[in-house]
Amino acid sequence: MKAFRYHRPADVAEAVAVLAAEPQAAYLGGGTNLVDLMKLGVQRPDVLVDVTRLPLDTVEELPDGGLRIGATVRNSDLAAHPAVRRDYPVLARALLAAASGQLRNMATTGGNLLQRTRCVYYQDTSKACNKREPGSGCAALHGQNRDLAVLDWSEQCVATHPSDLAVALAALDTVVEVHDADGPRDIPIAEFYRSPGTHPERETTLARGALITAVRLPPLPAARRSTYLKVRDRASFAFAAGSVAAMLDLDGDVVRDVRLAYGAVAHRPWRAYRAEEELRGRPFSPELAARAADAELAEARPLRHNGFKLPLTRAITVRALTELASS
Amino acid sequence: MQGGPENATTIDERHSSRVTVEVNGASREVALDNRTTLLDALREHLDLTGAKKGCDHGQCGSCTVLLDGRRVKSCLVFAVTVDGRSVVTVEGLAGPDELSPLQAAFIAHDAFQCGYCTPGQLCSARGMLDEVSRGWPSAVTGDLNTPVELTDAEIRERMAGNLCRCAAYPHIVAAVRETAASS
Repeated sequence: MKAFRYHRPADVAEAVAVLAAEPQAAYLGGGTNLVDLMKLGVQRPDVLVDVTRLPLDTVEELPDGGLRIGATVRNSDLAAHPAVRRDYPVLARALLAAASGQLRNMATTGGNLLQRTRCVYYQDTSKACNKREPGSGCAALHGQNRDLAVLDWSEQCVATHPSDLAVALAALDTVVEVHDADGPRDIPIAEFYRSPGTHPERETTLARGALITAVRLPPLPAARRSTYLKVRDRASFAFAAGSVAAMLDLDGDVVRDVRLAYGAVAHRPWRAYRAEEELRGRPFSPELAARAADAELAEARPLRHNGFKLPLTRAITVRALTELASS
Repeated sequence: MQGGPENATTIDERHSSRVTVEVNGASREVALDNRTTLLDALREHLDLTGAKKGCDHGQCGSCTVLLDGRRVKSCLVFAVTVDGRSVVTVEGLAGPDELSPLQAAFIAHDAFQCGYCTPGQLCSARGMLDEVSRGWPSAVTGDLNTPVELTDAEIRERMAGNLCRCAAYPHIVAAVRETAASS
């Protein structure tokens, strides 16, 4: 591992200033991903700016009924928060479906959103990877790509985003609050993540050195009927082979509102707008849910080893929505 | 700033830190290369070899310790980040001549064979039982808004971060179940 300097800033402004002054600095949150990548030589920061002691560790119930979640709130505390369990079960379920008890005690909200792909070629410095080393190529495109993208990939990168939390936040139209050299600003989560395109090394629209300070959930009473369904190769402690964040609001049997987002299918958490459009205003049935998923996946381009993700994603869409409809 | 003699040639002030941490109730101070994980600090600088190095990538759980009372994987924590904090390792779960109820239950139920994962299993189970007592739900909890009932399925899910190559899982579940029932 490359030697690094360690800095513990007194406030957000100081943290952002250090990142602005140090081209090879990185923020350190829970460390569950970054420390691992440093051991592997994939990340090689000169300076670590430890943000875990900044006062960003509270969950605040907002007057409008929404929720502001500080960036350093640990995944386990967030999943256990009474307002999250009551009002946004999709969020609690997504968090609890991820990692292990120890890792959830460490991992932060902001760090979770910025974790890096688990594509094995990204994590292996002996392999070509445009995300790790722009211009070096993509060993995954014709390699072992079972775990990788079926939607929106490019010749330069077929990685998926690994976060479960981000999928739930995408379904909930979350706002990401960030602080950069120009001060604080809001980024809607729909504009936060990037498609890989020709620059897969740029995963978000964050300015260099920007710090996530919080995420803000809008009030969404219908989210009380929401869930997160994740399928993995073993029962626990594994990344998703497929996942869906779902919220369903019925008026009688007619779909008044619905939110769907998919994990494990693309470079970003995949909000399923087309599927939502198919569902809205129609009487709910499992067949309708299947048609909606098919509409969303119509433009999918499976790779050699991951065609199974299409029927899998379709099946979990049907199951999640049918469960919500009967709850 | 002083480095240990074993790394005096590589350590330098810009890349090292003096860290004060409470370990098993005693305050300890040590100068460390910033790259030193909490696991390596415990084992190689503080003579506490209970926490084990298995995968060293946060996947096996054998390095589990309690940090400010919460279970964490010490292989993914840089020691410099725990300055001023409190750590409990397997050596601190009970006094030197006694067993905690959890440790006694592990022996009674034959909850290990080679024993390499056991310190991590014990610290993880200790932290996990505290999480249950705080009412934290898990992925297999049916209703998120009612008190948790610690079924075997709950124990298995909550202990999923600790691997056992000897596959003593049924006995580990039994030991944890008995400890929870008697506390």
